[in-house]
Amino acid sequence: MNRSITVIEIDGQAVPFDEGQTIMDAAMAAGIYIPHLCHKPGLTPHGSCKLCTVDVDGRSVSSCTMPAVNGMKVSNNTPALMEVRKSITQMLFVEGNHLCPSCEKTGDCTLQAVAYHLGMLDGHYPQFYPKRAVDASHPEILLDRDRCILCALCVRAGREVDGKEIFAITGRGIDATLSIHSESGLLGDSDLSVDDLAAHICPVGAILIKDEGYEVPIGRRTFDLHCIAEPGLEPVILRKGDHTDA
Amino acid sequence: MGVESSNDVQGADHLLHRLYEIQLKYGYISKEVMLCLSKELQLPITQVEGVVDFYSFFYRTPRGRYHLLFSHCTSCGDLSLMQRCCEVVGISAGETRSDGLVSIDSTSCIGMCDQGPALLINQLPIVNLDDARIDQLVLLMEQQTPICDWPSDWFTVQEKVCRAGLLLHDTLEVGAGLRAALRQGREALLQSITDSGLRGRGGAGFSAGMKWRFCREAVGEAHYVICNADEGEPGTFKDRMLLREHADTLFEGMTIGGYVIGAEKGFLYLRGEYRYLLSHLQQCLVMRRQQGLLGSSILGEAFNFDIEIVVGAGAYICGEESALIESLEQKRGVPRVRPPFPVTSGYLGQPTIVNNVETLVAATHIALHGGAWFAAHGTASSKGSKILSISGDCARPGVYEYDFGLTIAQMLEDCGATDTQAVQIGGPSGRLIAAKSFDRTIAFDDLATGGSMMIYGGQRNMLNVVQNFAHFFAHESCGFCTPCRVGTQLMKNGVDKIATGHGTAYDMDELKRLSSMVKRRSHCGLGQTAPNPILNAMESFPEAFIGVLTHHEYEPYFDLDRSLNEARRLTGRDDAEAHLS
Ligand SMILES: Cc1cc2nc3c(=O)[nH]c(=O)nc-3n(C[C@H](O)[C@H](O)[C@H](O)COP(=O)(O)O)c2cc1C
Ligand code: SF4
Ligand code: SF4
Ligand code: FES
Ligand code: FES
Repeated sequence: MNRSITVIEIDGQAVPFDEGQTIMDAAMAAGIYIPHLCHKPGLTPHGSCKLCTVDVDGRSVSSCTMPAVNGMKVSNNTPALMEVRKSITQMLFVEGNHLCPSCEKTGDCTLQAVAYHLGMLDGHYPQFYPKRAVDASHPEILLDRDRCILCALCVRAGREVDGKEIFAITGRGIDATLSIHSESGLLGDSDLSVDDLAAHICPVGAILIKDEGYEVPIGRRTFDLHCIAEPGLEPVILRKGDHTDA
Repeated sequence: MGVESSNDVQGADHLLHRLYEIQLKYGYISKEVMLCLSKELQLPITQVEGVVDFYSFFYRTPRGRYHLLFSHCTSCGDLSLMQRCCEVVGISAGETRSDGLVSIDSTSCIGMCDQGPALLINQLPIVNLDDARIDQLVLLMEQQTPICDWPSDWFTVQEKVCRAGLLLHDTLEVGAGLRAALRQGREALLQSITDSGLRGRGGAGFSAGMKWRFCREAVGEAHYVICNADEGEPGTFKDRMLLREHADTLFEGMTIGGYVIGAEKGFLYLRGEYRYLLSHLQQCLVMRRQQGLLGSSILGEAFNFDIEIVVGAGAYICGEESALIESLEQKRGVPRVRPPFPVTSGYLGQPTIVNNVETLVAATHIALHGGAWFAAHGTASSKGSKILSISGDCARPGVYEYDFGLTIAQMLEDCGATDTQAVQIGGPSGRLIAAKSFDRTIAFDDLATGGSMMIYGGQRNMLNVVQNFAHFFAHESCGFCTPCRVGTQLMKNGVDKIATGHGTAYDMDELKRLSSMVKRRSHCGLGQTAPNPILNAMESFPEAFIGVLTHHEYEPYFDLDRSLNEARRLTGRDDAEAHLS
């Protein structure tokens, strides 16, 4: 059987894809960066952060969930879309409590890196200053909800890779929050182990490994050495604190 | 996928129903009870907690033995009555009195918009509220009179069909539509539904014939029919009337849908606010089973079908079809990623049709009278009739049925609306139009609508209307996607800032930019329509905003005096010295 070649166009560049791939899959395979926060290859796409928003034939779609269709014309790196993504990033900053200078994740934080990439200079919108609970009950892992962006990566990593029910998003609207699957509701009473992907996948400083604090000095952290738009960066972000390529 | 359960649970054991019983019995749902329930139903504790915290009618802290929820709708809401009630009872909104007798709060529109100001007391509606009735009901509460001994007329929701058209003109003989359907056979029937030009009445207007065909052709272990009776759009109550007066025709429509797509099971998803209709609906189902119109071998044919009712618990988003399906599956009502669409992957991942109450009622009529009969009415793009819920500033609020194509002006004349400033077509998520557009028509290619018509007379402050809607959407956003979760809050804050006299021209520009972004970039229809009232009002009623702007170039959000509110409350002071300005 003759396999016909299927192609989409991203900002005028022809990008081949296989049946079943999303726009994001095709873009990543071609080394094209579409900003994203709630997406990691290998986990079921979520489609919630909306950072990966692109325009397809004038329609707004999430590239991490939209299947590629032959002949699609995708706009990605346009000033208008960069502006939209900057606004969305600012929204994520103001709804939580992100004090980057005092955050252990600084320099390794994807939210921060995306913000720099998009030229974000301030939160723009008024801060919400929410009151959210910190959970330090686990001997090796810290959960600081102030920085949680509700991307559900930890939820999916637990279920799909670690095979455990650990995290879930509960609540509604602006009161949506990250909850723990344990009788006490505390992380220390959950099944989470420091070897789980769920303990390491957080793109921000909401889930931190306790005894790794400041192991890598500022200036030598992931985004001190790499640009977020660099192709093939995903494994590096996950290997935080262990930059063999540095 | 982990232990997240999506078992096909029956009736009483549905998580929403179990939680309702617990809420009713204890006045709240404690962590201990949630743990027990999660073990018993074998659902993760996070799923149980997630559901409790998602739906407005479940509480983690005790509510009063009399729990009052005043509708916060521009048609069936009057918060000054709530204020009065709070004062007499001696609590603030959102609180439970220390003796545990009463709690009072406001809630999104409860669908009583043609019945005067209304509230829910322990999930039962009381309509036609006024000061006197408030005083009387406070007395009855203080005397601890059981609600069943209260004046029964307070609870009587009188269905007012002010204008009957194609569908409401006659009540069909029970079983007639279904018999006609089975006589025609699946293919001919589907053709007739398609030929009728019937489009969804829930708002989106997708062709019913096409939806049924896609679903019928989709491969799956089972197919499902869902009737969307969530009717959460403020200002809509025509489904309430249909559920009360035409339940048989509706259930028949669901059964016909099941016959066409090859389903054996149907669900009616009833909004929690309409729980008072549940016993009537259930009786109707029992009768239909006795008459051989539901169950196995329906009317002697090799066709089995039954219907179950699931009752929601206060979440507008559950009217969105994929969120509704999540809710049926005992989860938080978060809209799914599309594609896939419910017709191929709906309830339990199986092919499912979701249709509005009115769409299914129309299907029964079409089965009986034929597609051509239906298509002979209406306009080229919009066949048949539309049932409207008309409320607000008019002499005769109620249900009106018209052939598509009528003008707003005609509608206003018929319901006795004079001096009309604006009409909110299709509820807050629809379109706000001003007098200069009253010659426009109700049709899919002009003013498409699910049927909510909220009328605003000349005396109304349109900015307050917009503010009400902004609060509604911020309260109802499911929180899944960033633009809507954060954006609806920012829009609410922005409108509040302007409405309280602290807005500047810059704030107006900002609000506009934000609104356009949320509208275009949100995940589902809620976020995509939430900015409509703001954008429409800025266009049609700019003076409502501009008139209250301060003249400063910039005015911060932070308000020093307001930030002292808590200190004043704690110290019990409210004198001039305790204020900054
Ligand atoms: C936020 C939101 C709320 C909705 N609420 C309802 C509702 O209460 N009733 C309804 O029939 N459709 C509602 N819809 C539309 C449904 O998603 C769906 O389109 C409809 O039920 C399909 O039925 P129809 O084709 O018969 O109109 C809502 C959509 C959104 C986005
Ligand atoms: S804790 Fe981290 S990974 Fe989990 S939802 Fe929050 S931001 Fe995402
Ligand atoms: S648009 Fe709003 S309601 Fe819809 S998914 Fe996003 S947050 Fe939820
Ligand atoms: S990366 Fe696509 S929505 Fe978050
Ligand atoms: S630096 Fe991003 S969350 Fe801490």
